[in-house]
Amino acid sequence: MNTDRPIDGLQQALENLDGARGEVVLDFSGRQRIDPGDIQAMEKLAAAADEKAVKIVLQGVNVAIYKVLKLAKLTTRFAFAA
Amino acid sequence: MPESVASLSDDRIRYLENLVSQARTAAAVFTQYTQEDVDRIVKPMVLAGLAQAQQLARLAIDETKLGVLEDKAIKNMVATEFVYNYVKDKRTVGAIREFPERGVVELAEPIGVVFSLTPITNPTSTVLFKCIMAIKTRNAFIFGPHPGAWRCCAEAVRIMYEAAVKHGAPEGVFTCIESPTLQDNAYLMHHKDVALIDATGGWGAVKAAYSSGKPALGVGPGNTPVYLEKTADLDMALVDIITSKTFDNGTICASEQTVVIDDEIYDVALRKFAELGAHICNPKETQVLGRTVIDPENGRMQPMAVGQKATDIARLVGLSVKPDTKLLIAPIQGVGREYPLSAEKLFPVLAVCRARSVDEALKLCVDVNHLGGLGHTAVIFSRDDEIIRKFGEAVNAGRIIVNSPGSIGALGGVYNDMVPTFSFGCGTGGGNSTMDNVNVYHYLNIKRMAWRTQAHMWFRVPNQIYFNMNAVENLRDFSSRSTIVVTNPALEQMGYVDIVRRYIPPQTLVKVLAIPDAEPEVKVVTQGVEALNFYKVDQIIALGGGSVIDAAKIMKLKYESPEADLEELAAPFLDIRKRVVQYPTEKVNRVRLIAISTTSGTGSEVTPFAVLTDKERGRKVTLADYSLSPDVAIVDPQFVMSMPKRLTADTGIDCLVHALEAGVSIHASAYTDSNAMQAIRLAFKYLPIAYENPRDEEARSMMHNAACIAALAFSNASVGVNHALAHAFGARFGVAHGRANALMLPHVIAYNASVPTKFMPSPNVRGYIAHKKYATMADLLGLGGVTVEEKVARLLEATEQLLDRLEIPRSIAELGISRDEFERAMPELAKNAFDDPSWRSNPRMPLVSELVELFWSAYRGRGQAKAAGASRQPTEMEVCV
Repeated sequence: MNTDRPIDGLQQALENLDGARGEVVLDFSGRQRIDPGDIQAMEKLAAAADEKAVKIVLQGVNVAIYKVLKLAKLTTRFAFAA
Repeated sequence: MPESVASLSDDRIRYLENLVSQARTAAAVFTQYTQEDVDRIVKPMVLAGLAQAQQLARLAIDETKLGVLEDKAIKNMVATEFVYNYVKDKRTVGAIREFPERGVVELAEPIGVVFSLTPITNPTSTVLFKCIMAIKTRNAFIFGPHPGAWRCCAEAVRIMYEAAVKHGAPEGVFTCIESPTLQDNAYLMHHKDVALIDATGGWGAVKAAYSSGKPALGVGPGNTPVYLEKTADLDMALVDIITSKTFDNGTICASEQTVVIDDEIYDVALRKFAELGAHICNPKETQVLGRTVIDPENGRMQPMAVGQKATDIARLVGLSVKPDTKLLIAPIQGVGREYPLSAEKLFPVLAVCRARSVDEALKLCVDVNHLGGLGHTAVIFSRDDEIIRKFGEAVNAGRIIVNSPGSIGALGGVYNDMVPTFSFGCGTGGGNSTMDNVNVYHYLNIKRMAWRTQAHMWFRVPNQIYFNMNAVENLRDFSSRSTIVVTNPALEQMGYVDIVRRYIPPQTLVKVLAIPDAEPEVKVVTQGVEALNFYKVDQIIALGGGSVIDAAKIMKLKYESPEADLEELAAPFLDIRKRVVQYPTEKVNRVRLIAISTTSGTGSEVTPFAVLTDKERGRKVTLADYSLSPDVAIVDPQFVMSMPKRLTADTGIDCLVHALEAGVSIHASAYTDSNAMQAIRLAFKYLPIAYENPRDEEARSMMHNAACIAALAFSNASVGVNHALAHAFGARFGVAHGRANALMLPHVIAYNASVPTKFMPSPNVRGYIAHKKYATMADLLGLGGVTVEEKVARLLEATEQLLDRLEIPRSIAELGISRDEFERAMPELAKNAFDDPSWRSNPRMPLVSELVELFWSAYRGRGQAKAAGASRQPTEMEVCV
C-alpha cells in the first residue's frame, strides 16, 4: 500500500481483490493517521472482501489508528498482524 | 426509539443516519489529533465567525424576528472572540492537567458524537460557541436548531465548518439538520451512536434530552431576581439593569426579571428608571400587561412577546407609551402565579417589587428564584458585603452577579472573570447535570491516571532517652518549680520514690500521687488532674509500669488541654495521618512528662499509646497520638532488679512480640527494622537469663533496653494480629497481656509466614515478605537453615523453646479453660479480635475464620502451629520483593 496516500493503496487493494485468493495483507506500518476518506474506502474494501471471501489482514497498525477503527466499528471486519 | 419517530419517512431516516455516520467517522478520526492540530483549526474558525458576526445577526433577525441586530452581532462576537480568549491556551488533548505532587495526571478523552440543540433566542451565537467547543475537544457535533431558526444556524455551521475543514478538521465534524422537526430530535436523541445530548433551550428540549436515557448536558430557562439594596450605587445599577434587560430585547435567559427594591430607595429608583427611558405602568396597565404577555393557563410567557421591543409590546397590549420607551416596568405586590409578571419574561418587561426590610427583600428574591429560576442566575446591587453574602446564601443560582448586569454578566468574561459561555447550567434545581457556565471541560471525558504513592513514613521518638544503671541521676538536669511523681503504693514502699526524689533539683516542690497498680480508671485520672492543677505542676514524673505511665500520659493530656474529650479522641482510625479526630494543639498548661519504667515489656516510657478503663461504661479507651509520648524516658535497670519471675517472663515476651510484630508489619521501615531486630536479638539472649538469674545485672539491663528499643519500633511500625488475639483473649479470660501474647505467638509466626488468603492493601506493601523477614530474624539469631522455609521453622522452634524455658503454659487448655467454655466464648473472641485495631498493620489480613482457627490452634497448644495455616510458605516465584 502506498503509505503516503493510503486511500490510493486501499483503492488499489479493492481493484486487486478480484484476483486475490485466501488473504490480502495491507501494510500500515508507515502510516501515522487515517482520515474519513480512508475509513470510507476501508468500509468498501471490507464489504468487497466479505463478498469474495477474502481475508484482509492489516499489518503494522498503530494504536491511534486501531482506536479509530474501533470507534468506526471496523476492527471486527479485518484481521490484524504485527 | 420512541413512538414519535414512527412518522419519520425512510428518506428522512436515511438523511439522519447519514448525518450520524459522517459524525461518527469524523469523531473517530478526530481522536488522532494533537493539541497543536486542534489549536491550528480553532483560530481561523473564530476569525471566520467574527468576520460574519453582523451577517449572521442579520440572518437571525430576519428569520426569527426576535431581538436587536446590534446586540445579536455583539453576542456573535462574544461567542467567538471572548470564548476563544478563554479556550485558546486551555489544554484539551492528551494530558490536560498534571499534579506531580499527588502523582495524578488528567487526560482528555473526546466524547464522540454530540447531538446539540440550540435555541431560537440566541441561535447563531450558540452555534458559534458550540463549534469552538467541538473542535477544541475533538468531538463531532450534529446541530439540531430550533425550527424557527434553522436557516441562520445552518449558515453559522457552514461558515465554521468550512473554516475548520480548510485548516485540517475531519470532514463531517459538524452537520446541521435542515428543516428540523421534533421527530428528528427524538430520533437522534435515541440513536446508539450519539454519545451526548447537549440541549440549550427551553424546558421542553431540556426535558426531552434528560428523558432520552442518554448522557445529557441540558441547560434551561431561568427567572432572575434582582435585589436593589439601599446602599447600592443607584445610578450605576439602573443603567446596568436597563442595559441588560434591553440587550437583544431581553432574550438572554439570565436577564433581569423582577427587581426587589428597598423601600428607602423605591420611589427614587422608579423616578430615575423613568428618566432613563422606562415606562412605569400604573396598576391597571400592569394588570393588562400581565394578562397579555403571560399565559394564564401555565404561567409562562407568551411566545409572541419574546424578543420584541418595549414599544411593540406596549402597542400589542394597548398601552400608551413614549416612542423612545426602552423598557416597561410593572410594579407588583408579590411573587407567584397570582402575580403573572413575576415569571420569566424574555422581553423588555421588568417587574419591580417594594421590600420594607432586608429580610423581606431576600424572601421575595427567593420566591422569584423558586418560580422557575432555580439554579440559573441572580443579581444584587449593594455596597454592603454582609448583605451581598446573605443574598448569595439565600438564592440557588449558578451565577450570582454582583453590581453588574445579569445577562451580560452571566455570559462571563465581560463584566467579570466567569467562564464565557452561551449555555448556563442550572444544577439540580433546574433539572440540569451541571451548574457551571458550560465550557470545554463539559465536552470531555476526563481520565485520571493515578500513580502509586508511597505513604509518608516517620520515626518519632521522645526527645531524650537515658539508659543503663543509675540513669535516674539525669533527673538533676531538669529544673522544675513544681513536680508530681505519679507511682503506685508498692513502688513507693520499695523506696523507688525516694531514689527519684534524691535526684530532683532541691528547689523543686515535689508531691507524690500513688495510684492503684491497674489500668487507670477515669476517676483516677480526674483526681490526678485536680492535683496537677492544685500544685500548678510544670513536671510529671511517672514511675512505674505501663499502667502508671499511661495514667500520667492521660493526666498530662487533660491538664494541658482540659477540653479534650477522651471518648472522642479514642475514635478508631485507619491511618493516623487521616484520622477524623485531631488531638488538641492549644495548651492551657505546658508540662514535661518524664517516664521511668519499672518493668521491661510495655515500653510505655517511649510509646504514644495509653489505655484507660472506663468502669462506669465497662469498657477500655485506647488513646494513640504522638503528643502522648513522654518528653523524657529513663530506662534504668535498678528499678527492675527485683521484678518477680513470672512478671519478668510475661513482660519479656510482650517485648519480644512487639519486636517480632513490628518487624513484619506493613509499616516496617529500615528505621523500625533496626530497632526490631536488635530487640529480638537482646530478648532471645537475655530474657532466659533474666528469668533464671533475676539478679543478673547485665541481663536485666539488656532486657530493659530491649523493651524500650522494641517499643521504639512498634511505636512507629505498630503491632499485628498477635496483639489483636491477645487483647481479646486476655480481656475475656483475665490473662495477663504478656502471657496472652505468649500463648498466641508461635501460631501467629506460622500464620504470617504462609501465603495469605487475603493480602493487606497498603501502598507500602511491595510484595509479600513476612516469611523472609522471619528468615532474616533467624539468621540474626544464628539459628541456621538454608532455605527461607527452614529458617522460619528454626525461628518457630527457637520461639517455642524460649517459651518452654520461661515456663509459659503450652496451651490455653493448660490454663484450665475447658473446651466447652472456650467454644462458648469463641464468637465474642473472634468479634473482639477482629474489631481490634492492632491487626491493621499485620502483613496478612486476617479473615474472621482465620482468627477463630488461630484461637483454636493456641488452645491446642505449641507444636500445633503448622496445622494452623503454615501448611505452605510462598515460593520465590510467588512473591515480589
